Amino acid sequence: MPLPSTMTPIATNTLTSNLASGVITFSNIPQTYTDLVIVAVGQGYTSSSYGNLQVQFNGDTGTNYSSTELKEFAGTASSSRRTTQSYLFATSFLDAGSASLLVGTSIINVFNYANTTTFKSTLSRGNLPGFKTELNVGLWRSTAAITSLTLTANDTPINAGASFTLYGIKAA
Amino acid sequence: MGSVSLKYKSKSGNLTAPGDVDPGAMIPITTTTLSTNTASVTFSDIPQNYEHLQLRVMARANVLVSVRNITLQINSDTTNNYYRHYVVGTGASAVAGSDAGTVMFLGNATGTDYSSSAFGVSIYDILDYSNTNKYKTVRCIYGQENNTNGQAAFGSGLWKSTNAINSITFTTEGNYSFMQYSHFALYGIKRAGA
Repeated sequence: MPLPSTMTPIATNTLTSNLASGVITFSNIPQTYTDLVIVAVGQGYTSSSYGNLQVQFNGDTGTNYSSTELKEFAGTASSSRRTTQSYLFATSFLDAGSASLLVGTSIINVFNYANTTTFKSTLSRGNLPGFKTELNVGLWRSTAAITSLTLTANDTPINAGASFTLYGIKAA
Repeated sequence: MGSVSLKYKSKSGNLTAPGDVDPGAMIPITTTTLSTNTASVTFSDIPQNYEHLQLRVMARANVLVSVRNITLQINSDTTNNYYRHYVVGTGASAVAGSDAGTVMFLGNATGTDYSSSAFGVSIYDILDYSNTNKYKTVRCIYGQENNTNGQAAFGSGLWKSTNAINSITFTTEGNYSFMQYSHFALYGIKRAGA
């Protein structure tokens, strides 16, 4: 008998209309996996180049988040930090601008999300065609198991057609 | 609710009845979570029936620094067959470099200068690991954060050998032990028809 699959789709939210709030929430996350992966594909609405895709865990709005970014933008590599934030900066999120067929992709890895011993770390890759590519490491300074997560695009609305999928990866 | 008997997808790829299940392409092989500080972690007897490997690591090293390189040796090869290129974001600038030696520097662990609850995280992809006609390439994204400091990095590694990979050993630069709760998970990525 084959070994069991380990990357399992938990939930998907595909927008059939513009989402004015820019907020996507996954709640009641099963505690049976080892890591989580969130794949977001889509675009925000404003005419600027890009905004942010931010994460909060378990509804925590305290200043318990930080991140470090490595990026290429306009032909230059650079790095910056966000400390003592009330959200975790996951990746940039592409805006529609004048190129409505362009979509940005964000892949957010959340490590050992169900353990109650360590802080929670993330590794996120963002690809914004025509603008930017980036890698971010993030930290939520909490030992609580993650039972819900909220994604927020700060440039709203999120355009119809965007999709957000939460996967679970279970180690042996 | 009654039980459901699951039938796995055959090599022909046919799902023919309700309840048939495609087991997917990413398969967990083995996991090590440290209960005590440990000098090294080795995955041996790696099955050869996958196309690629992925390793997902969360690590902390017993040394008073903020970050420590993780080092890899493949098939216990201790000769000068390892190479690395990297770009790391320090939070202030992007720094690139390369090196070579008897180990592959790739991935990172936090040190004891960080909060005891903060661990470095690394995702390694080892492509075509069982092929005996090519050198082996490893790509890795990794980083660590502690609110006051952090680094994010892309890296690629080369093991200059055509041997199939059947074991991987993780240590830290300077051989400081991995600390309790460090976590190493190995996955196989299947090829079509496997």
